[in-house]
Amino acid sequence: MPNLKDLKNRIASVKSTRKITKAMQMVAAAKLRRAQDAAEAARPYAERFNAVMGGLAASAAGSPSAPKLLSGTGSDQTHLLVVMTAERGLCGGFNGNIAKLARQKANELLAAGKTVKILTVGKKGRDAIKREFGDHFVGHVDLTEVKRVGYADAQGIAKDVLGRFDTGEFDVATLFFARFENVVTQHPTARQVIPATFEETEGESTLYDYEPSEEAILADLLPRGVATQVFTALLENAASEQGARMSAMDNATRNAGEMIDKLTIEFNRSRQAVITNELIEIISGAEAL
Amino acid sequence: MANLQFDLVSPERRLASVEATEVQIPGADGDMTAMANHAPTITTLRPGVLRVIHSGGTDEYVVVGGFAEITADSVSVLAESALPRDEVTQEVYDSMIAEAKAAHDNAKEVFKNEPGPVDDAAKLISDMVAVGGHIGLTANN
Repeated sequence: MPNLKDLKNRIASVKSTRKITKAMQMVAAAKLRRAQDAAEAARPYAERFNAVMGGLAASAAGSPSAPKLLSGTGSDQTHLLVVMTAERGLCGGFNGNIAKLARQKANELLAAGKTVKILTVGKKGRDAIKREFGDHFVGHVDLTEVKRVGYADAQGIAKDVLGRFDTGEFDVATLFFARFENVVTQHPTARQVIPATFEETEGESTLYDYEPSEEAILADLLPRGVATQVFTALLENAASEQGARMSAMDNATRNAGEMIDKLTIEFNRSRQAVITNELIEIISGAEAL
Repeated sequence: MANLQFDLVSPERRLASVEATEVQIPGADGDMTAMANHAPTITTLRPGVLRVIHSGGTDEYVVVGGFAEITADSVSVLAESALPRDEVTQEVYDSMIAEAKAAHDNAKEVFKNEPGPVDDAAKLISDMVAVGGHIGLTANN
């Protein structure tokens, strides 16, 4: 049986751990609200953008002069996987799930004889991916210094990706991130951004006049579309990260509480045992006289 | 007189959503004014000043990049970056100019033998300088 002092120390240490996890949970809750607000604020732009692009893309898709960003390079030999994760850990399975999905996809592509290149955003994903796919690793975007993701960050990433596309480094680009469902559920998601895909728009489409011309607008908007997609993914990811951290820390706090209860019972039992022991000694001593 | 629904959104937030009588848009091919029953049009934007005239007065925004979608009863402007005119101080304006210049230098580096992107970047600078003229700020080099 562990002695009383050890037990007391352990209870104290678990208690301070609980304090920390509780604080982290509350910080995550506050950050989550902010991240959700940001995601909310960005939604109208992304929705409108995709609606307009959907209409434009549908009419241009058939023509042979369609931009490469839309129609693709004509092959799908080289894939670029953009894996977006968090900069920090302690958020449950969040980083692991995204990395797992990316790994799965990478292995699938490799098995099919494709070339895979991997670009990571976020330190945790880099660490997880680099171990296994070190040879396929082409770059990393560091957002450690960024407190709140802004559109400029997304533009930077998009520029990097587009630059690689222009030099013919890859044919297909896919983003990996976690879609925010609610605080307890985040879905790791893969979304293809190059060649661009758009959801079918419903309802009758209006016939628009285009200025300067349909092609010029499409050529101007497609690169912006990539940035918009990246931005949406970054925001979803930020909200998901905080949600995952919040529920992970909630669990940790509860576990710590249970552990404290258990240790306290054990501590009380041992103390009682010690007292009983002493009493027996005294009584048997008295009887012996 | 019929009004139209005006929305101005940037990737980060929705800046305005009002009933307007008239919207002046800095289109890539020249300024245009949209009023109710305008023919459905999509145009890209050049850096410029967007003016919204509504029952409560006139609002002005400095927009850079993006596009506008005009229908018979609504105008939606999706600007890559948009600021209310009051928020564009000399400081903000300077950094916008500096950014445009950096993009120009970068384009000169990358596309040495292709005039297209370099000219585009040069046009961006001149557009930005023109914006300054409209809102009473000067570009200092």
